[in-house]
Amino acid sequence: MIIELGHFALILALAVAVVQMLLPAWGARIGDVKLMAVAPPAALAQLTLLSFSFLSLTHAFITSDFSVETVWANSHTAKPLIYKFSGVWGNHEGSMLLWVLILALFGAAVALFGRNLPDSLRANVLAVQAAIAVSFLIFIVFASSPFARIPPQVEGRGLNPILQDPALAFHPPFLYAGYVGLSMAFSFAIAALIEGRTDAAWARWVRPWTLAAWMLLTLGIAMGSWWAYYELGWGGWWFWDPVENASFMPWLAATALLHSALVMEKREALKVWTILLAILAFSLSLIGTFLVRSGILTSVHAFAVDPRRGVFILGILTLLIGGALALYAWRAPQLRQGGLFAPISREGGLVLNNVLLTTACATVFIGTLYPLALEALTGAKISVGPPYFNLTFGPLMLPLLLAMPLGPLLAWKRGDLLGAAQRLGAASAISVLAAVVILALRWRGPWLAPFGIAVGVWVIAGAVSEWATRVKLFAAAGAEVLRRALGLPRAAYGGMLAHIGVGVTVIGIIASSAWRSEEVVILKPGERAAIAGYDLAFRGVAPRQGPNYQEVVALLAVTRDGAAVTELTPSKRTFAVPQQTTTEAGIYVGWRGDLYVVIGDEQTAGGWVVRLYFNPLVRLIWLGAVLMALGGLLSLSDRRLRIGVPQRARRALAPAAE
Amino acid sequence: MPNAQPIPAPRRPSCKECAALPAAGLPRAARGAGSWRRAARLSSICLLLAALALPAGAVEPDEMLQDRGLEARARQISQELRCLVCQNQSIDDSNAALAKDLRVLVRERLSAGDSDEAVLSFVEARYGEFVLLRPKLNAHTLLLWLAPALLLLGAVVGVLRRARRSPAPAAAPLTEAEQRRLAELLQREQP
Repeated sequence: MIIELGHFALILALAVAVVQMLLPAWGARIGDVKLMAVAPPAALAQLTLLSFSFLSLTHAFITSDFSVETVWANSHTAKPLIYKFSGVWGNHEGSMLLWVLILALFGAAVALFGRNLPDSLRANVLAVQAAIAVSFLIFIVFASSPFARIPPQVEGRGLNPILQDPALAFHPPFLYAGYVGLSMAFSFAIAALIEGRTDAAWARWVRPWTLAAWMLLTLGIAMGSWWAYYELGWGGWWFWDPVENASFMPWLAATALLHSALVMEKREALKVWTILLAILAFSLSLIGTFLVRSGILTSVHAFAVDPRRGVFILGILTLLIGGALALYAWRAPQLRQGGLFAPISREGGLVLNNVLLTTACATVFIGTLYPLALEALTGAKISVGPPYFNLTFGPLMLPLLLAMPLGPLLAWKRGDLLGAAQRLGAASAISVLAAVVILALRWRGPWLAPFGIAVGVWVIAGAVSEWATRVKLFAAAGAEVLRRALGLPRAAYGGMLAHIGVGVTVIGIIASSAWRSEEVVILKPGERAAIAGYDLAFRGVAPRQGPNYQEVVALLAVTRDGAAVTELTPSKRTFAVPQQTTTEAGIYVGWRGDLYVVIGDEQTAGGWVVRLYFNPLVRLIWLGAVLMALGGLLSLSDRRLRIGVPQRARRALAPAAE
Repeated sequence: MPNAQPIPAPRRPSCKECAALPAAGLPRAARGAGSWRRAARLSSICLLLAALALPAGAVEPDEMLQDRGLEARARQISQELRCLVCQNQSIDDSNAALAKDLRVLVRERLSAGDSDEAVLSFVEARYGEFVLLRPKLNAHTLLLWLAPALLLLGAVVGVLRRARRSPAPAAAPLTEAEQRRLAELLQREQP
């Protein structure tokens, strides 16, 4: 019964969304306040209905109601509660429902907190949000309903065991919140195009929402990569897999958008470009969602397996993206461009950032979709794998990283490159020193790695120099420095922290890929192996019973220079439903890096295959991502960005902040 | 649910071959710890000389070549070859039986004295261009390889053309009205 109510609520939500799409937009067009006022309550009603719908599906998962097809296909009674819960979005139908629920959440946020927006802008934004919701709800109701009933079954088919993991349980909600968060920038962009103008309220709204979406996306991607690292059992953390690329492209676009929105907010320049970028960022989110959901990545032919879904997906993509771009082509030339600037200026630096990030994003896009397009057009099958991406993406990132510390030191409108370079004297000295020291320590190579580390150090030292310059460290008295440090806006600290995070991630990536060591050995109980200065004694294996799996656990005692370090227990899990094995790595986190041990198969001649890896500084990759997200959070907490706070005395403050 | 896929699409176990891992039963006498430690040092040197991005392997002890130099080359080549029955995995990463066969094949060719290129084209001749993770440069991949450079060039040209159309702000002299306003303001600032 609850399921039927949930289904009903879903259909009602569709009806409400249709109303919310049509009436407010019409009201904004003819200037009718009453029609425009329909939008906020409709957005709240949508949220209420979709929440109920989502909860009813969750209830079915938790109570293991196997008369619901989605639950039967993706759940099992023996599954731990947290995975029954995460199972709701661990499948196509449920994840689509989560997607629209998050969309409704953002829509409700506009309705609740958007009182200071001009009426027509708010009405248009909510109408565009509703248009997105309508397309998704039609798709869910007619082509992938999570509420379909089947004759009751005794037992479910279970959730893919590698998805039964805490990090992966919360990876999709974060990722989706990031994807859908970009819909805010999209809706505002479309609303601006419809109205034919952008004003101060517009810019002030777009940036925080983009920032929030970017933050969630950063965390979501980091979580996925972190999961791949420890769960897939060979210590890789990024594979340039199409599924990963699907989430990486919106991130790159959102990063670019974040920076161009900065220019627009402060200087009213790059308006038209920012609007285009907002459209593109969300379009990539849509494409990302569908690339993963439609199965087209596995094979072009998967699209034909369920043609109805394929056609729906193509229809939604064409309608939303094509419509948005057409509107852009039509209306963008009418928008007034403002804020001229010299090439060497803060704006110029941010333009460079945008050029490189969008090129990188387009490269990933082409690399991901080229094989599909080629096969569809000529029938030729090729693979575009990690070697292609490493070869093309890396060179595009290098100038970006090198220019990163310079940008924030340039003044708006017209900057002084030489002056900025001089202020980075200490930072360049530190990074050269880092390269020399690492070359001396790691003289056996690979030769490029120390320079890579130096680039990471340069980015970090650059961000610290920016702070030192702005607070006049070493140039003013202590009290003055303190006053300036406290006076810096949180957004400035957020930006620096995020840049430091990028540097930290770069160091982690370079170190862990350049100096990783590995051993594959066959060990019998009592035998030993060594890697990266650690000695491991294999004590043997023992069976263990988990909640919904059986596992073989190996015990290895780790010592270093004779002193006990830790005991590692890598295992192999065998799940009964669905029948599948997973490996659980044993990981010891030291300050130099991770000792990573995986157990393989038992050999007929006795002994077990044991794989040992040492991943130097690999944690820095995720630490950097967390710093980036924290930087975003800090920036978001800035008074100037907080929703609803009018910008008091901005004009008077601006020169002092430079 | 034909195209129901969890997020992200599972890499390893999605491949049927991997789900039922073959118990690699080709025995080789387990070696003592001492020789392994020596070998470890040697191999780490070889691996350090290898490329920057070195994903871990699925390579089994019984497949590995005695010659550390050859083995390092084999690992390198393995990362360039796709496991055909898996979802976007190199044969170096995959546990599938086919990947294992290919790894052994690569090592056989290397032991027979083939160059790296010769091994890659040998495998390509048998399994098609699809097996190469680094697409070859030819007529139908030209656009793929040129794309990043073309895009960057296009973006830079676009920015420069726009910059020329709207020239940088010149330090235009103040108009008379502005001069007056400035003087007024300065006067007010003075105590």
